Amino acid sequence: MIGIIDYKAGNLTSVARALHYLGQPCEVTDDPEVLEACDRIIFPGVGAAGEAMINLRSQGLDLRLREWVASGKTTLGICLGTQVIFEGSEENDAVCLGIVPGSVRRFPGDLKDREGRFLKIPHMGWNHVEFSRPHPVFAGLSADAEFYFVHSYYPAPADDRWAIGWTDYGLRFCAAVAHENLVAVQFHPEKSGAPGLQILANFCRWEGNDAQ
Amino acid sequence: MLSKRIIPCLDVRDGKLTKGIKFKGNIDIGDPVEAAREYYEQGADEIVFYDITASSDARNIMLDVVRRVAETIFIPFSVGGGIRSVEDMRAVILAGAEKISVNSEAVKNPALIEEGAKAFGNQCVVLGMDVKKVAIRPEIPSGYEIVIHGGRIYTGRDALQWAKEGESRGAGEICLNSIDADGTQEGYEIELTRLVSSQVRIPVIASGGAGKAEHLLDVLTKGQADAALIASIVHYRTHTIQDLKTYLNGQGVKVRMQW
Repeated sequence: MIGIIDYKAGNLTSVARALHYLGQPCEVTDDPEVLEACDRIIFPGVGAAGEAMINLRSQGLDLRLREWVASGKTTLGICLGTQVIFEGSEENDAVCLGIVPGSVRRFPGDLKDREGRFLKIPHMGWNHVEFSRPHPVFAGLSADAEFYFVHSYYPAPADDRWAIGWTDYGLRFCAAVAHENLVAVQFHPEKSGAPGLQILANFCRWEGNDAQ
Repeated sequence: MLSKRIIPCLDVRDGKLTKGIKFKGNIDIGDPVEAAREYYEQGADEIVFYDITASSDARNIMLDVVRRVAETIFIPFSVGGGIRSVEDMRAVILAGAEKISVNSEAVKNPALIEEGAKAFGNQCVVLGMDVKKVAIRPEIPSGYEIVIHGGRIYTGRDALQWAKEGESRGAGEICLNSIDADGTQEGYEIELTRLVSSQVRIPVIASGGAGKAEHLLDVLTKGQADAALIASIVHYRTHTIQDLKTYLNGQGVKVRMQW
């Protein structure tokens, strides 16, 4: 069973729908005991980091999530879920979970494209991810695959060894993190068509060992 | 770099497409769920549903369409038409849409943009704007005026100022429809698109006038649009989304070619 953590951060049903489509049993829940019993956890979400942390703390899920990742539970972060596993975010100056060393930064307001035009924020739409090494969760993807992003803040790991995927939007940012039993992506695999479904299917089969 | 998005728009009334769509073997499709699936497979980057259902009793039919679409396509989609409150937005989002678009409703009640952005995040709220070219006058300095109810009512609002106001109120994106170009298949309103897109910092989807692939090229380059909305050009099978993307890619426009 895959547990999808419900911490009141946006509509979490799209991840559940994608897993149903793949024939994978899952449950959207905020009950720590139900999540404890799951062999895999997905930590999704859209919204603001500050509010997300308040909700996680009030539900006691912040400490449990740290425990689960540390104890080896296979975990996938998506979008805001990925951002709050870092130490902190410039969004609301939020202190976050600190599972991954590093911070989450706002795209600078003066970001420009190659023609010198201001880039739009949020970074919204389809973009490439360049993977720096093979990983079971990102196996079988075409080099031309693109993924759907919508975000104004981006993850900046303190140590590049945590980063596995990179994306260019005026600057090069970390779009995917992989470390031991944890994988986290800034884009939305549940909204990225076939390549996104491939990542979710890979995650459902993954035993949680990073083949680094 | 970010790809330019190609977005088919489906008009839905009482749960059915308002015009049948011709597909492979010239089969006429009247079911919006099947049409959405077909466009998903052709490489659409996003899908827009516009609900033109007149009676509020039939709103639940649209929610059922949204739920069925969400079970079968795994790209973002938005729903617009008749959304008057945060509760209307919530119902559509819980049914599975990523974004909701507000148009006439936001002109009548601009606070709807803020309320939606606060409840669901800026990325959820698309400001739809119907625009007509008019003579420049003090209250319309850009020469483009916001119209509502399909272009029948002039609002006295300047299009560029309304776009900026929508952005500051928290819209995450603008869908900019030229009423003059809409349905002509003679090309997008390039001037208007460039004017708005270059002066707001949120993505702009150009709408109205696509009749051939060159029109998309123009609006995505000269018009500086972030995305192009298309309807008749694909509904009547003049082109497939794949054809359009192959052309744009050959012209050096970055579009998503793998799906």
